[in-house]
Amino acid sequence: MRPFGYAAPATVDQAVGLLEAEGSEALAGGTDLLSLLKDDVERVERLVALGGVTGLSGIELAGGMLRIGAMTTLQELRDHDDAIAALPALSVAIDGVASPQLRAMGTVGGDLLQRPRCWYYRRGFGLLALAADGRSMVTAGDNRYHAIFPEGEARFVNPSSLAPLLVAVGAEAVVRGPAGERRQPVEALYRAPEVDGERENTLAPGELLVGVEANVEGSRSAVYEVRQRRALDWPLMAAAVSLTGSGARTERARIVLGHAAPVPHVATAAGDLLAGQELTPETVAAAADAAVEGARPMSGNRYKVQLARTAVRRALGRAAGMEI
Amino acid sequence: MTDDAKRSGLSRRSFLRSGAAGALSGGLAAGLLTEEAAGAAADTDAPKTVGPGPVEIELEVNGVTRRLAVEPRVTLLDGLRDRLDVTGPKRVCDRGTCGACTVLEEGRPIYACSRLMIESAGRSVTTVEGLGSPDAMHDVQQAFVENDAQQCGYCTPGFVVATAALLARHPAPSEQEIEAGLGGNLCRCGTYKGIRAVVEGAGGGGVSGG
Ligand SMILES: Cc1cc2nc3c(=O)[nH]c(=O)nc-3n(C[C@H](O)[C@H](O)[C@H](O)COP(=O)(O)OP(=O)(O)OC[C@H]3O[C@@H](n4cnc5c(N)ncnc54)[C@H](O)[C@@H]3O)c2cc1C
Ligand code: FES
Ligand code: FES
Repeated sequence: MRPFGYAAPATVDQAVGLLEAEGSEALAGGTDLLSLLKDDVERVERLVALGGVTGLSGIELAGGMLRIGAMTTLQELRDHDDAIAALPALSVAIDGVASPQLRAMGTVGGDLLQRPRCWYYRRGFGLLALAADGRSMVTAGDNRYHAIFPEGEARFVNPSSLAPLLVAVGAEAVVRGPAGERRQPVEALYRAPEVDGERENTLAPGELLVGVEANVEGSRSAVYEVRQRRALDWPLMAAAVSLTGSGARTERARIVLGHAAPVPHVATAAGDLLAGQELTPETVAAAADAAVEGARPMSGNRYKVQLARTAVRRALGRAAGMEI
Repeated sequence: MTDDAKRSGLSRRSFLRSGAAGALSGGLAAGLLTEEAAGAAADTDAPKTVGPGPVEIELEVNGVTRRLAVEPRVTLLDGLRDRLDVTGPKRVCDRGTCGACTVLEEGRPIYACSRLMIESAGRSVTTVEGLGSPDAMHDVQQAFVENDAQQCGYCTPGFVVATAALLARHPAPSEQEIEAGLGGNLCRCGTYKGIRAVVEGAGGGGVSGG
């Protein structure tokens, strides 16, 4: 690693002040950031350690609102019985990060803001991986784990296991920056960069993620991940769903794909299809087909379209408590 | 204090002013804090930036308080191995994907390659050496020997620590708990069968994590 400075603020305001300076970067559990620094993919002048900042960790459940501090570790969240009871699908998403060491170190904020795993990005070719002549290395090269819903030249996938679920349940991200606090839906944390050097998250310099909040009452949610390996790897495809409505009829359905697009991919049409419907093998299959409509797989990732269909079907089945 | 630290205008006090506030709210054992540091925690001034030169830190390694000056960029793994000569934890992938570097920090299993040593300041770290010695082996170490749970031995220190952490949490782990508990460690020689025997033996009360 190249040399860098280190500061350990005690308050969010101090952290914001430090992060405003060019070349400063937030350090949470370090499990992603240190690898990027070792590989010289990212460079920093100074790391701002969030570990000692008060008010960034902890879990609260009151009146159906679940609040999770950004510095809460994945293990702390997994061990919080009330949070898991309120949103059982969290356990599936967290257990997928199948290493006790990563769960003990990795934080909720770090999981949401971890950088893409795209191997072109990780080798230093940038998030858009454009060759000198402007052509995409991804379409020309090995793209087996890449997006089936690319956006412009952005063909990497969002790697977070928590993001699809939090987007499905309509969670909000609480962000603090030089201008104070702002709240936005978790999906608004992400964007597909349009030019090289642009980040895939929407945090401005000096901004940090304080936590996430979700109303988890009155909905049923589920996550289904398709994995090649059960440990030490990311899923090939993931689907998170959240359903409201009583009895057999679904009032509203939110279906979100992970590992399908540069951002958590909200399958709007698929969700709309289920509104007011009863979940049956037929309606579920129709929703799964709708979820992949418009997919644009590349030379090596056509298989992910079928994985997405299956993940949606099984996540819906899990949420509805039926075998599909 | 080293010359490098002097050159970058640092003093021990300046590190503690910035570092201790973090350590405090991180649940640091009060006994490890110097008075100076405890006073600084209440300080609302913007914290100082330390480094990139060496910064003096203190941490507990296998029950012994160690003091050294490290650059912020030094990982806990490299600091342990290269500076403190604690070579049990191994450097294999250096990227959080194999488990050979597993140590306990405040009792929790972590990848020492993926933690900055400066982040462990004021905390206690236990490596395979701290669990037991050849003359007085920890139950888990003894069970690894008895079950022939090693071949080249490179993954073994990490596996022993991860196994001790698993058994401390689940004294008689289920199949699922074993997979989740040891999923963060890889063995290239394929000694999984022996390691499984170690953990399953624990169910019979032979091995404990404590
Ligand atoms: C082998 C392996 C397998 C993995 N498998 C999975 C998996 O299946 N699913 C999954 O979701 N993850 C997986 N992970 C990723 C792991 O979950 C992340 O590395 C971890 O969650 C990152 O958290 P951290 O606290 O260590 O973040 P860091 O590495 O400290 O930070 C990551 C990024 O987020 C930024 N950041 C962190 N917190 C904040 C904040 N509060 N405000 C602003 N910016 C912030 C940092 O600046 C940095 O850019 C895997 C990792 C490894 C090594
Ligand atoms: S060396 Fe740390 S996990 Fe491989
Ligand atoms: S014994 Fe050789 S890697 Fe495990």
